[in-house]
Amino acid sequence: MQKETATLDTPRARFLFHMPLPRSSVRFLGRKLFRMLFTLQGLGAFALITLGVILKKWPVARRLVWPLIFQETARAGVRLLPMFLFLAGALGLLVIGQTVSWLTRVGAINYLGTIMIIVVVRELGPLIAALLLLARIGTANVVELGTARATGEIEALEALGIDPVHYLVMPRVLGMMLGAFALTIYLILGSLASGYLWAFLQDVPLRPAEYFRQLAGALTGLDFALVGLKTLAFGFIIAIVTCYHGLAQPLRLEEVSYATVRAVAQSVIACVIMDALVIIVYLAV
Amino acid sequence: METTASKTSPPLIEMKDVSVGSMRDQSTIVIEGVDWAVTAGDYWVLAGLQGTGKTDFLMMTAGLTPPGAGSYHLFGEAMPIFDERRLPTRLRQGLVFDGGQLFNHLTVFENIALPLRYHRNLSLGQAAEQTKRWLKAVELDAWADSTPGTLGRNWQKRAGLARALSLQPEILLVDNPLGGLDLRHAWWWLGFLDQLSKGHAIMEGKRLTVIVTASDLRPWKDRAKQFAILKERRFVVLGTWHQLEAASQELLHELLMTERQT
Repeated sequence: MQKETATLDTPRARFLFHMPLPRSSVRFLGRKLFRMLFTLQGLGAFALITLGVILKKWPVARRLVWPLIFQETARAGVRLLPMFLFLAGALGLLVIGQTVSWLTRVGAINYLGTIMIIVVVRELGPLIAALLLLARIGTANVVELGTARATGEIEALEALGIDPVHYLVMPRVLGMMLGAFALTIYLILGSLASGYLWAFLQDVPLRPAEYFRQLAGALTGLDFALVGLKTLAFGFIIAIVTCYHGLAQPLRLEEVSYATVRAVAQSVIACVIMDALVIIVYLAV
Repeated sequence: METTASKTSPPLIEMKDVSVGSMRDQSTIVIEGVDWAVTAGDYWVLAGLQGTGKTDFLMMTAGLTPPGAGSYHLFGEAMPIFDERRLPTRLRQGLVFDGGQLFNHLTVFENIALPLRYHRNLSLGQAAEQTKRWLKAVELDAWADSTPGTLGRNWQKRAGLARALSLQPEILLVDNPLGGLDLRHAWWWLGFLDQLSKGHAIMEGKRLTVIVTASDLRPWKDRAKQFAILKERRFVVLGTWHQLEAASQELLHELLMTERQT
């Protein structure tokens, strides 16, 4: 574990992360590029280690670890449900509120369902859910694990022969993936319902059956597959990036806040890149 | 310097020309050229001033960091042990951290039960009976449901001791057990470690090999059997208390808090 996780505690890493900024812009950009590659290498290695642990140690200490998975799923799922339902209402009102008057003017009210599917199901729903999870649970991950690292709790786990990735990371990764998937579905359903409510309040001549027919017509099998894939991937990415920054490098207490900022920025970038890749796949298929 | 016991029984810990890196930066060597053998039933005190690498040495001995150079064998197995297959060998050795290093999100009870639950796949209820025994042994039963943050340092260290003992190790490494303790707790630790070394009832009479670090040697007189000091990146084995008193090292006077005789 010590060998696997202390990837940023090497002379090369110290040079990249702690040397003063160079004056030459080429060197500056070069340093930035190498930092990015170094971080990607670390994140990739950490993700592979985590996947290996999930596969290999799944049945180990199940009376201790499985309840932790349920606990993390509740933390990243059920407990956030009220906030997500509120946001679902707001998102539906926002999308419909902006589009209904324009669609009415051009006589394209029949496209209301299609617009809801494109905006809410394919794009905003999964992305907003991921960003909220990052804000509420991802940041807490970095702070909890970073503090544990800084106060020597991780060394204590290792001394007791307990794999920190198995005990601390695996429940968070699985909990975050399940939580992201479930909350995105609730967010999408809530937004679609509140969208119709807003349309109804604006006297849009659209019956529930017609609205449902439009939604069903716009949805394809690929949408279901990609929403599932995307939400699970977002949950995995956020959990891996936040756990990596909290756990996989030596930290002092005063460095925890910087690690949190880095983890949030990298999680957002990774999620947006993932989203773009899914759009490319969608357009290609 | 080797004891009589070491000549008759195989060493549990054997280090040859070992270098020790700092916990924070493995490339910084804090101790080098360690030749040391520990046999069953030994009671070692490793003394040194602050910053001499006592904790780094203990962490390396516990297998948390690899030796920088040289060979280190624990129960005949090459260290460090990071793979799961050989983990049971490493767990024959328990480590008590200076500050207890308890898990802050767990209660004292859950902290002590954790290694049992992980390695024996027990539910909290199944581990309760053994955990209660340990809590009673370290007089922490009244604080079982408290989180570490609500306990004083004195009690946190005791919880750390109970947690390390819960897997019934054969060697116990204790980092600075008397550091920052009031007199009552310091006496308790000296007495408890003494009993562990001689065979405590809670360990079913099994005698533990005890290795502690200290910055003051005086409390260990008449208790520990072997002494070594860490000084200027060297690990110097002194032997028994009588041999220690006979040694004319200047550092010893500092560790014994005595005036240097000219």
